[in-house]
Formats: sequence, C-alpha cells, structure tokens
Amino acid sequence: MDQGPIQNTIGRATGKLTSEDFVSDQMVKWCPGCGAHFILNAVEKVFPEIGYKPENFAIISGIGCSSRFPYYVNVYGFHGIHGRAHAIASGVKLANPGLSVWIPTGDGDSMAIGGNHFIHIVRRNIDVNILLFNNQIYGLTKGQYSPASPIGSVTKTSPNGTIENPFNAGNLVLGAGGTFYARAVDNNIPLMTQIMFQAAKHDGTSAIEILQNCIVFNNKAHAAVTDKDTRDDSQLILEHGKPMIFGKQKDKGIKLDGTQLKVVEIGKNGITIDDVLVHDKYSQNPGIHRMLVNMSLPEYPIALGVIRSALAPTYDDLLTEQISEQRRSSKIKSMDDLLNSGDTWEV
Amino acid sequence: MTQEKSIKEKPVVEKSAIVVKFVGDSGDGMQLIGTLFAETAALSGNDLATFPDFPAEVRAPQNTVSGVSGFQLQFGHEKIYSVGDMCDVLVAMNPASLKAHLKAAKDGALIITDVDAYNDKTIEKAGYTANPLKDGTLKKYKVIETPVGTLTKKSLEGVEGADVKQSTKSRNMFVLGMLFYIFGKDMKHTNDFLELKFKKKPSVLKSNLIVLKAGYEYAKTIKSIEQTIVVKKAKMEKGRYRNITGNIATAWGLMAAAEKAGRNLFLGSYPITPATDIMIELAKHKSLGVTTFQAEDEIAGICSAIGASFAGAFACTSTSGPGLSLKTEAMGLAVITELPLVIVNVQRGGPSTGLPTKSEQSDLMQALYGRNGEAPMLIMAPATAVDCFYAAFEISKLSLEHMTPAILLSEGYLGSGSELFKIPSMKDLPEIHPPYADPNKKYKPYERDPKTLARYWAVPGTKGLRHRIGGLEKTNVDGFVSTDPLNHELMVKLREEKVMKIAEFIPEQEVFGKETDDLLVVSWGSTMGVVRKAVEEVRAEGQKVAHAHFRYIYPLPKNTEKLLSKYKKIVVCELNSGQFVKYLRSTYPQIPYKQFNKVQGQPFNIHELKDHFTQLIKEK
Repeated sequence: MDQGPIQNTIGRATGKLTSEDFVSDQMVKWCPGCGAHFILNAVEKVFPEIGYKPENFAIISGIGCSSRFPYYVNVYGFHGIHGRAHAIASGVKLANPGLSVWIPTGDGDSMAIGGNHFIHIVRRNIDVNILLFNNQIYGLTKGQYSPASPIGSVTKTSPNGTIENPFNAGNLVLGAGGTFYARAVDNNIPLMTQIMFQAAKHDGTSAIEILQNCIVFNNKAHAAVTDKDTRDDSQLILEHGKPMIFGKQKDKGIKLDGTQLKVVEIGKNGITIDDVLVHDKYSQNPGIHRMLVNMSLPEYPIALGVIRSALAPTYDDLLTEQISEQRRSSKIKSMDDLLNSGDTWEV
Repeated sequence: MTQEKSIKEKPVVEKSAIVVKFVGDSGDGMQLIGTLFAETAALSGNDLATFPDFPAEVRAPQNTVSGVSGFQLQFGHEKIYSVGDMCDVLVAMNPASLKAHLKAAKDGALIITDVDAYNDKTIEKAGYTANPLKDGTLKKYKVIETPVGTLTKKSLEGVEGADVKQSTKSRNMFVLGMLFYIFGKDMKHTNDFLELKFKKKPSVLKSNLIVLKAGYEYAKTIKSIEQTIVVKKAKMEKGRYRNITGNIATAWGLMAAAEKAGRNLFLGSYPITPATDIMIELAKHKSLGVTTFQAEDEIAGICSAIGASFAGAFACTSTSGPGLSLKTEAMGLAVITELPLVIVNVQRGGPSTGLPTKSEQSDLMQALYGRNGEAPMLIMAPATAVDCFYAAFEISKLSLEHMTPAILLSEGYLGSGSELFKIPSMKDLPEIHPPYADPNKKYKPYERDPKTLARYWAVPGTKGLRHRIGGLEKTNVDGFVSTDPLNHELMVKLREEKVMKIAEFIPEQEVFGKETDDLLVVSWGSTMGVVRKAVEEVRAEGQKVAHAHFRYIYPLPKNTEKLLSKYKKIVVCELNSGQFVKYLRSTYPQIPYKQFNKVQGQPFNIHELKDHFTQLIKEK
C-alpha cells in the first residue's frame, strides 16, 4: 500500500506480521454468505499491514451481529452492551492511548440505541476507528427495521411498511463535525482494506460505513450498488487528487453545477475531464463532502472511498497535553502535597 | 468611631458547643459567611461540623420561603458529631428566612434579623399575616433587631466605589462581623480571604473590610448583648488539620487509592446534584494523573469507566440516585466482566427527580438488587464527611484487589457537609496490590486467585495476554462464550462467593456499649453522628443502650449474626422506610428487629432518637 507511514505513536512491531498473527481460535458463527465474513477478512489483511504490535490493538463492540467481531480476532477485545461501544471505547483510548482502538458496530447499535454515543465520539474526535456495518436491518433479533431502513421497508415490525425517514450515516458523521468518513461495500475487500489503512493513519475518529448484506433478513438490500453487472455505473470510487469519474468506460464524471453536483458525460456537450471535480478529502470545508455523502441512486452513483479526512486536533492528544502541562506546572506532585495544601493548621 | 472608648468590655460566658444557622435569600451570601465563620472557628481550635441547606434553583424567587438558602454549623469544645438539631443563634436576613427556620431555633435562642428587610410586601410574601417582629411571634427568643441595610450603607458613606449595589452585597459581612464579636473570634482569617478574593477589585475589598469591621463594632454597642460567648478549644488529637466536605474527601480517597495502586485514576461521569463536586474536584488534579471525562450521559459515564478499567486504569464513576438507575445495565456488565470499578452514589431524596438537594438513604435496595440477573457487588457506606476519604480509599482497595465493581453509598448530607480532617500521611495508608496477570504464563481470563476468587487483570498493550471478555456468559477459567447450564450456575455462584469472601478481609463489626445492654441501636451511613450522640446521652441518663454502626453493607462483617443475636431488642434507624432492616430481616430472619424511620429529606434529630430509645426500653 502506498499510503506512507502511520502517523501516530502506537508501538510498532519489529518484524513483518501476517494474518496468522491475528486469527483467533474461535469458531466464526455468522450465517454462511453474510457480508460480515468479508469485513473480517479485510481486517485480518489490514492489521498486519498497519504494523502495530498485535498486543496494541483493541477491538471494542456493543451488541448485534457486527459486535461478535472481537471474538474472531486475536487481539485485546471487549464485547460490551447494546449501543455503548463508543462510550466504552472512549474510556479505553483515553486510559490507554497506546492502543489502536477499533469499533465494529451496526446501524442499530450506532444509530438507534447508541446514537447519542456515536455522535459524541465523532464530535470529540477521539482517535478510534469505527466499522459501521450497515445492513439496514436488525439481524441478531431476527428482522426488525432499523433507523437505516429505507422508508416503506416491510419488516417483522413494519408489516405495512416503515413510515419514518432513515438516517444517512455520513450525514450524522459530518453533522457532528466528523473529521473522517469513508464508505465501502462488503464485496470489495481491496477497497475495504485500503480504506481501513487510511482510517488507521488518520488522527481522530474515523468512521467507515460498510454497506453490508444480511443474507437472511435483508438479502440484496444494497444490490443496486454492489451488483457486479451494474456497479461500474452505480459506484463512484473516490481517490484523493483524482477526478471523480466512473462508468464502465470511465466516461462519466461529477461536475459542480451552480450549487449542486451533476453527472456529466465526458466528451459530450463540450464536457472535458477538466470540467470534472477533483476529489479533495483533506478539505476542511465539508460542503462538497456532504454533497457526495448525499448522492443516491438512480440520479447519482453512490460515493465510495474516503470522502473526508480532515486534519484536526484529537481529544486524546489534547488531553495528554493538558496532563503533561499540569504535571509540569502544578505545585501538587503527590497526594501528600494535596492533603497538606490550602488552609491547614497544627493542633 | 469616637464612642469606641466609652464601650465597656462585656463579661464572658463559656459554652461547650454552639449551633449557628445562617439563613437568607439565595443571593444573600449565607453560604459564604457560614463557611468563613466555620473556618475561623476551626482555626481557633474548635471541633465542628457544617451543612449547607440550599434550594435547587440557581436564583430562587426573592423573599419567598422556597428561595431560602441556609448554612448550619455546630462548633464546640467537645467532640462534634453533627451540625446539631436546634440552633442557639439564628441569623435571618429577611422575613421569609425567619418563617422557614424559626422552628429550628431553641427556646431563648439569639435571633439576629435585618429589620430593614421587613415591609408589608416582604412580610406578606413570606406568608406572615402580621409583622412577626411586633405580634409576639418571637417572644420566646432574644431578638436583636438590627437595621443591617441602613448600617451597612452608613458605614460605606464616602467610600470610593461603594454604590448601592455594593452596599446590598456587603450586608452579609456586617452580620458576620457581629457574630465574630459575640463569639470573641478573630477576623484575620476573613480579612485574608477577602484580600485574596478581591485582589483585583480594591474598592470591593475595601468595602467588605469596612462593613465587616462595622458589624463587629456595632455589636459592642448593643445593650441587649449582655455578654460574649467563648467556646474553648476542643481536645483534639495532635496533628495537622483542615476542613473538608464529604465530596472532596471522597475525591481524595479515590485519588489516594490510585496513587497507592500505581494506576492512573479515570472518572467517567455526568453532572448531577449532589454528586457533581466530586467530578469538579477531580478535574483539578491532572497533575496527579487524573483524567475526568464529562460524558454525554450517565450511561456513557459508567461505560467509559468500564472501558478505562479494561484498559488498565483505576476507574470510577460518580452519580446520584436517578443517575444510578441509568447506569444499571452497565453495572451488570462490570459484574460479569469482573473488572474493578468504583461507583459513587451520593444519595438524594427520590424516587425520580425527587428532592435533588435533600439527603436520604433510599437507594440501598437499588444498590443491593437493582440489576438484571444475579449481580452482586461490594457495597460500603461512609459514616461521616471525613470517613468519605477512608471509605472511598478502602472500597477502592477492595475493588482493585478483589476484581469487583463496588458501590460507595454516600449521601447528600455527607457530600455537602464538612468536618475537621486530621490530615493523614500517605505512608500510613495500606498498600494496594491488584492481582495482575503473569505475562509469562498462558493467560486464561477467568482463572482465579484461590484466596479471593478474583480473576487476574491483564492490561491491554501487554505482550502475551491478549484476550476477549464481555457481557456474554463465559466458561470459568478459559473464558469462552458459553450457554452451558452448569457452567452458568457455577459462574453465578463464583461471582457471589467472590464478593462474600471480602468479609474475610474487612474488620469485624464493632459495638459501642455492652453485650448485656437492653437495646441495640443499628444504623448505617450519614446517621452515625446523631445516633451516637443520642445513644451517649441516653447512656448518660443511665439507660443501657448500645450502638452498632455499619460501614460494610455487602458483604456484612462476618460477626454480624453473632453480634445481633446477643440483643433482645434491636432497633434499626434509617432515613428511608426501612431498607437496611428489610435486608437484615432477609439475611438473618431469626432475629427480631424494630425499626425507626424518617423520610423527610432531613437528618434525624437527637431528641427524636432519644425519645424513641427511651420508649423502646420501657416497652416489655
């Protein structure tokens, strides 16, 4: 991978690591054909590439199919309670900043019961990596609609179709001032690993939404995006510094038309490659990022790849700075100092 | 002040203890002068206890009974157990505060009130139909009607920068000056405090100093103050002392444990009355490696603490009743993952939002049983403000060494109240040795230390100890996910046994009094002071009454059953409808218990306890 060195200071392994260093001895109990298997595969591929010592990884989860993840990777793991992974992980990272913290979570875990913790970890920009498995359904409880299910979804708890608007995970992240948001599809493992690597590199909260197929309760929910036959036209894979082009013949592009994005065909109506927007994931202004996040079929392709990766101070770095500054400047160096500080008198 | 020379020194009378209560509008500065008076009394060698009593509103409506803010203290030549029931001196800044607190004044009490604050409107707003200064309401008391407003204004005439606003703000200093004269106290401490506080506002400083002195001088001239009162130094153990509130003592106890255990302290918390002061205090101490994380809610508070504990910190969370309710699910997670965690619950009146600023002991059942599944936890309750330090330290030690979450059941009354604290030396506190996993051995997450049944703590980042734990039931020793029926039953029993085993590591329950006494009074939590004082007083009257005050709630000390069995009559006194007694009844059902309860958001009075004990002894 050509992404350059990992930026932060987590302990690196001396030798070359392989997937074998991370494979756990536990039986993987997801349904055969579940998209989660591909995500696990990507993680096993990318962890050795990232190059931290295996003992410096921690995987923290909540509840749901996604959240069984910690059992399947041989690192430090904590399987929490529903919706609370982000809160637990915040404590893990702040108490032990030398860990690379990964949070596998689902659309229910992060956007329904844990919605509050999700937006707050993003807002604080704590240096963790979120893998949001979005299958638009509650899988582990066997088929109820989620806050990501499209309006009208017929599920066990919405026999007449849902009558509520779904969340767009990217909008939540950007709305909360997120510094990193990427979107992936479960059946493109190389893209997933590439994104995960960049997430690891990013200092701050990295949120990766993975459009994942639940083969049992919501099969083919993302088929319009992921189908091999149509994906060239339905996916815009973003790369930093490159024009936003897609299509089987690479002849379609995204152009800024007034205040809106527009799909154009290169070579038609005088449109050249120079008219196509060039992706800038580092842009502080989230305006274009937000428009990319909101593109939907059939008018637009679905934006994939790292949409936003903006530089900003992380909560954990600022905390570490405050602690070292206080340690340096405070007169209180021990509990004995504190106990005897202020108004005291001898009897 | 030319008349000063003509004033004769007044005779001095000695008292062993005095209760003073300062009451006024929320903005009248009662908390400040109460604190300053208390600190002065402490510096002059008195033992003391204080308690602030303020409304939940930030600026409650003026001149109304609901807006009254109060501060009570008892200082003495003898050991002070509590702030006392009834006051000897009541400082009431307006009719509403007089109306709200007159019932707390002893017959013959000295009442200092600002007559300038009495007019038709304020008298009516206070709920009086006639002026209480004139209609005989106060005939049982010695009233010093002082035109505080006028005299403050007068003293500031010609002082640069002292406008009407400043004069209104300084009224509290005038009455504080009066009290310093009446009790022969030195004003140096208050002068020093004001100089520090108003370093950058010289005109405000000057006004306050002038008004304080003016109050002092004015008191000399009042004829009805026939004598000044001296409370001699208390006989206190030699050492260095400071004044401390229960919440700060709790924060320091947790920090002391972190230092002894060699782990950084992490507090994940969310502001809630009356527990917030713990977080505020801990937030000041990054220099000692303390991280405070103000979470987005109570749930995130405890969950971040659980994460921090998994990651190797000494983790805590602080809250009050409704917050504890929100934390329940995560408490179960801490139980099943068997991680050290201290949950401080500064109890307040419930249910729901209840009485946020009032004290109660009504979360005991919630602490004992308020979780899904069988989820035992270590529970302790501090007995005094100072004991908050030692109880917080001790519960932290037990939580860390026995790998169990624990609840410290403090109370609003303890958290906000203050006492004199003999400063300990860290070297005199016991060491703390958490059971760390050996990185050179194959690590099994639920392998246990046979002495304590604690599992071993494997800190992430350590080579050789990678493992997974979580909220799903695990096999004992190996720690694999398991729904095996017999394993589950074993784990339920092990978790219970582990906590019960702590009884072997804590002291036996002590009793004040004799085994042959006619009545054993049982109490727990903040009621220690008043109950002990009441027991001492009935014993002095010749009654055979003993007292057992419980600090260890779960598990109970191992001699508890034997001890209780010795008494024919036992009365359990609590500030709830009978939760500890219910717990004792279910634990040792063969023992007969009586109960004495109060659920008014207020502490017990000594006299009501004494009356009850006396009556119980008489009963056949």
